[in-house]
Amino acid sequence: MDYVPHSPADVAEMLAAVGVGGVEDLFSEIPEQVRRREPLAVPAAVSEAELLGELRRLAAADTPATSLVSFLGAGVYDHYVPAVVDAIVSRSEFATAYTPYQPERSQGVLQTIFEYQTAICELTGMDVSNASMYDAGTALAEASLLAGGQTRRGSIVLSAGVHPEYRQVLATETAGYGPRPQVVDLPEGAATDPQALAAAVDADTAAVVLQQPNFFGALEDLAAVAEVAHAAGALFVVVADPLSLGLLEAPGALGADIVVGEAQAFGNAMAFGGPGLGYMAVTRKLMRRIPGRLVGETVDAGGKRGFVLTLQTREQHIRRQKATSNICSNHALNALAALVHLSWLGKQGLPELAELCARKAAYLRARLLEVPGVDAFTAGPVFREFAVRLPGSAAELVEALVPQGFLAGVPAGRFAAEFDAGADLDGVLLIAATEKRTRAEMDAFVAAVAHHMAGAEVGRG
Amino acid sequence: MAEAERRTIYEKSCCGRRAFSLPALDVAEVPLEELVPAGLRRAAAARLPEVSEVELLRHFTELSTLNFGVETGSYPLGSCTMKYNPKVNEVACRLEGFAGLHPYQPEALAQGALELMYELEQWLAEIAGLARTTLQPAAGAHGELTGLLIMRAYHEAQGRTPKRILIPDTAHGTNPASVVIAGYEPVAVPSDARGGVDIEALKALLDVDIAGLMLTNPNTLGLFDENITEIARLVHEAGGLLYYDGANSNAVLGISRPGDMGFDIVHFNPHKTFSTPHGGGGPGAGPIVVRDILEPFLPVPLVEKAENGRFFFEYDRPRSIGKMRTFVGNFGVLVRAYTYIRGLGPDGLRRVSEMAVLNANYVLEGIRDLFDVPFERRCMHEFVVSASPLKQHGVRALDVAKRMLDYGLHPPTTYFPQIVDEALMFEPTETESRDDLDTMIAALRAIVGEAETQPGMLREAPITMPVQRLDEAEAARHPVLRQRYPEDEGDGA
Repeated sequence: MDYVPHSPADVAEMLAAVGVGGVEDLFSEIPEQVRRREPLAVPAAVSEAELLGELRRLAAADTPATSLVSFLGAGVYDHYVPAVVDAIVSRSEFATAYTPYQPERSQGVLQTIFEYQTAICELTGMDVSNASMYDAGTALAEASLLAGGQTRRGSIVLSAGVHPEYRQVLATETAGYGPRPQVVDLPEGAATDPQALAAAVDADTAAVVLQQPNFFGALEDLAAVAEVAHAAGALFVVVADPLSLGLLEAPGALGADIVVGEAQAFGNAMAFGGPGLGYMAVTRKLMRRIPGRLVGETVDAGGKRGFVLTLQTREQHIRRQKATSNICSNHALNALAALVHLSWLGKQGLPELAELCARKAAYLRARLLEVPGVDAFTAGPVFREFAVRLPGSAAELVEALVPQGFLAGVPAGRFAAEFDAGADLDGVLLIAATEKRTRAEMDAFVAAVAHHMAGAEVGRG
Repeated sequence: MAEAERRTIYEKSCCGRRAFSLPALDVAEVPLEELVPAGLRRAAAARLPEVSEVELLRHFTELSTLNFGVETGSYPLGSCTMKYNPKVNEVACRLEGFAGLHPYQPEALAQGALELMYELEQWLAEIAGLARTTLQPAAGAHGELTGLLIMRAYHEAQGRTPKRILIPDTAHGTNPASVVIAGYEPVAVPSDARGGVDIEALKALLDVDIAGLMLTNPNTLGLFDENITEIARLVHEAGGLLYYDGANSNAVLGISRPGDMGFDIVHFNPHKTFSTPHGGGGPGAGPIVVRDILEPFLPVPLVEKAENGRFFFEYDRPRSIGKMRTFVGNFGVLVRAYTYIRGLGPDGLRRVSEMAVLNANYVLEGIRDLFDVPFERRCMHEFVVSASPLKQHGVRALDVAKRMLDYGLHPPTTYFPQIVDEALMFEPTETESRDDLDTMIAALRAIVGEAETQPGMLREAPITMPVQRLDEAEAARHPVLRQRYPEDEGDGA
């Protein structure tokens, strides 16, 4: 199969019009020593039916989290995506358009980006949101570069409560440029200690970074850390779970200068972790340093309202090496999915959804902690995710419960290298409960955990 | 009937309307204060719109009609490869076995996804003519940064710390921007009279401080650099590496491989070359392929196949640069690219490039008398002409581009590359039929005619769009970047 419309007659006539004898002659400027004469070693073409058959075979070899009772989270969450989302994002006028460089024929995507920017500003309490980033990790790396550029300082202090993969991405991406990251340990299962952060901050600190809720689910005291950062002349960066902002105070109201995060939960499939939706919002003071596309409102030659890409002198296609970032493609269609989902939820639905998640998580946590051997790990209130400590390996529990139809959670031990060497994370399990989890599912899960623990106890005895 | 002022969804919002439905609470309702103390809770709800489901759909459907996609009409936007995005790709990536995967679910439950990634890695390596692929980067520019950080790690392993990266003056803007973020200094290499890298200038710039050269081949003029093996030899002799910006790969699939040209690192843009949709700006992906000597530095994790046939993510790679993004890649995009390559096979891929190049040459032939052609050479999948002859009528490249909208066409890329005055960069792509191309040629001929007879009208084009030319200067002078509410007036946002 292919998607080339040319008939043999078309090809012959077009070649004649171009003035060459054959298709080969079109490539005459490619030196013979770099011409490929043998076919590429990729599988031979198949029909569309055979192709879908092959893809279905591969998909069937997976057991997706959505087909089990899943408590997986750690950045990607199994929320219900309303049917309207795919109906809109599947429209080819949105899905197949390029970046809106021609505003007169791109008012659709430009207005949706403006509306998305507004939604992110409303959620975060910030003044300015860009049109999207790739994911939370890369958005955090960009936040670090922004803070370095703004403050002209050389280090960035992160709480270990920031997702270990986000911290890894930050360290990798900014290895050659930008502030050097320094990680401050977390009291076990608790929120970050503002005093410990304060001790790490100095005159060279460009920014202080917290995640809300933190990686283990504890709720951070943003205002206290904002004070620490600002007292030292540093920026305050918050990695915020945007769905939690249906319930929790907006970081912008608590002193954040930059808010970034992962917004996959709004309208986007988990898709093995990508493409999700990185977001970034900043104060008005930092507007001219924010990376990526920005859409602004303006008027046309006749005075009619319209939208355009704006402040483009920050961007690579205008400023080249003087740009604030190298980002070009972003995650615009994922941002549209988020906007549609957020519009479907609305002012009333988002807080209700957030509260529902929090109630489910609180219920599950209380029930699990009744199981002999299951100990609390995360301290204090949580949103939709928390950690518990098991006497044995958390990874083993996850594996043991799969045959019963449960994905028990994310074992924190897989990230051990990113935490203090003294932290014992082998038995720590990160558990998320979205609105999709029913009480019956959670009760059955708790029973399965209890059964497994009892069995493990017998095994050890 | 006069068209009403366009309203945002926030302006259509009406207190108390709703589209959402949520499951009933089936656990005990504890007081909110016990759940999350008031001190941590929001003082005021986010002002999201309140609309019914029908209102929501009508709003976004109406906005979609103001947009132009590949299915709307010809989209010859140079260097962006706006080809048809097959429907079967969309079916494939939405299969629950792919879309429903969580990145941290046990690998044993994701063997199909891992097999797909493993095979796609092999195919991209074959198409590039190099050894090993990472699917991790999220976009072309992100692939560039990944490749440059690998370059850096390679040089450091050799005990070298060169500071500069050479980039032709025709390069995409992401190249120099990525170089800076990788901690290098970009140095521009001029083009020669044939539009390729100026070899003498290159020789003069090559010294011990050169980490590498980034090149697009064919370049953004749509010209294949005939001296590529000589360029590669010179850069390698100076201790540098060659980076291939794969944005223009649609010209050479199965015809010439970057690895065979001498490149060491290649990124592909699946959203260009491998038919995944651009989404109004993304998501794309930016997989990179490297020569064997660079394999140890690739980001973690890589997909490996055990002797028992099981696939797994390998994280234990001590010389890796680290992790370039959260999780493992833009998997949903990669599924579409896999579907495309698997469907086309080697002959189909080659035919893509053959017809892409034929189409570009056909359009160039049809309009070459209307414009200046800066380089009289065989073009590849795209070409650049200069609209400078129209200046005598007071008409510019921008005016031609805007007028094309009235003819139902998307304009080409304008004013790029910057070395061509009044540049119009056309990339028809292989999925345009001869009829489509004839329509495009006829429209351009008509527009150039209008430049002589009605230049004033051209300077105001488009005249049939939902809006006229927009005041971009005002947008930048007084930025309004979000919905404004009367109650917020005075606080500056």
